[in-house]
Amino acid sequence: MTVLLKAHSVRKSFVRTEALRGVSVEIAAGESVAITGPSGSGKSTLMLCLAGILRPEAGEVYYDEQRLDRLGEAERTRLRRREMGIVLQFGQLVPELTAVQNVALPLLLQRHDRTSARRAALSWLERLGADDLADQVPAELSGGQAQRVAVARALVTGPKVVFADEPTGSLDTVAGESVLGELLSAVRDTGATLVMVTHENRVAATADREIVLRDGSVEGVGVVS
Amino acid sequence: MSVSRVLLGILAEGPAHGYDIKQAHDRHFPGAKPMAYGQVYAALAKLEQEDLVEVIERGREAGPDRMTYAITEAGREALVGWLSATEPAGPYSADDLVRKTVTALRLGRDAVGFLAAQRQVHLASLKRLLALQASTDDVAARIVIDHAVEHLDADLRWLETAAARVGSTTDDRKTRA
Repeated sequence: MTVLLKAHSVRKSFVRTEALRGVSVEIAAGESVAITGPSGSGKSTLMLCLAGILRPEAGEVYYDEQRLDRLGEAERTRLRRREMGIVLQFGQLVPELTAVQNVALPLLLQRHDRTSARRAALSWLERLGADDLADQVPAELSGGQAQRVAVARALVTGPKVVFADEPTGSLDTVAGESVLGELLSAVRDTGATLVMVTHENRVAATADREIVLRDGSVEGVGVVS
Repeated sequence: MSVSRVLLGILAEGPAHGYDIKQAHDRHFPGAKPMAYGQVYAALAKLEQEDLVEVIERGREAGPDRMTYAITEAGREALVGWLSATEPAGPYSADDLVRKTVTALRLGRDAVGFLAAQRQVHLASLKRLLALQASTDDVAARIVIDHAVEHLDADLRWLETAAARVGSTTDDRKTRA
């Protein structure tokens, strides 16, 4: 087993709350993991620390054997753009851009040329059954359509790891099932590692493994087999 | 009662052997417990007594699986009546999951450990059902699996709530002590 992501004794506080109280987890390359737990248990904070978006006050975070928490902001951003894809609960698409421009954006930030970025974006949209939405802006999309576009945007750079925070949280059961199915099959086909934060059992059940948090600590780790 | 009405529903699509009726039943309810042959034949015998089905052909060999059953006019009426009547909503009897947890709590045993282990068993079962659901395009089959999935999901939410309640009670006690 090659460990891709590792948190060791990670602590992270916000103004009045201690969100993570010494969390240690390891996630292997290619596995899918669900981080679950009650509201306020630190699920999203742990994911954001593993993705290098938040920096812990204490403890260590490793990505592919390098200390992520020791890298500067710019270095972490570069690494994230190159190696990580992120899907958030409400898509968080750029409202002024069309669907295809949203999907192409991570490639343009990596200095790909416009034509090849657009071609790759269209191919991902097509794969997710959303190519007919290419020229629509986010306001014209339903929640399920926006999430498909967000999944395409997370995968367009061929990331090694995809982070998804409540990827189906804003959707009804049938739309959620369809987006989740697309996300899982795309991740499986590309061999990427998947880290999902979820309070939905349907989503947690699709992962290889579950990490349960309670009050900022790991309560248990289960194999969903 | 409802099993015999489901069998009427199968026969409403055309006459069939007892064996085929059982197969159709199990196909219509993927992920549910398969029906026992004995149960099928007992239900068919009762339906025949009530004139809701009739035997239209007997095979040369003895045995109910050689008989061909058809729905009668009275059977169609009973089926339509059943399909439009609502079902009572509970009360549900406490199942083993609840009985065990409550007994453990009353005895001051570790209910949280049991609840966490049970969650993994439920999640694994949910995973199998979701895979089964993803493998079929049949809407009716997917709906049958939805029912089982939603029940497991309700159990899982109950397990979480129970663990949180037990946890907060334990924390209270620690704080007071």
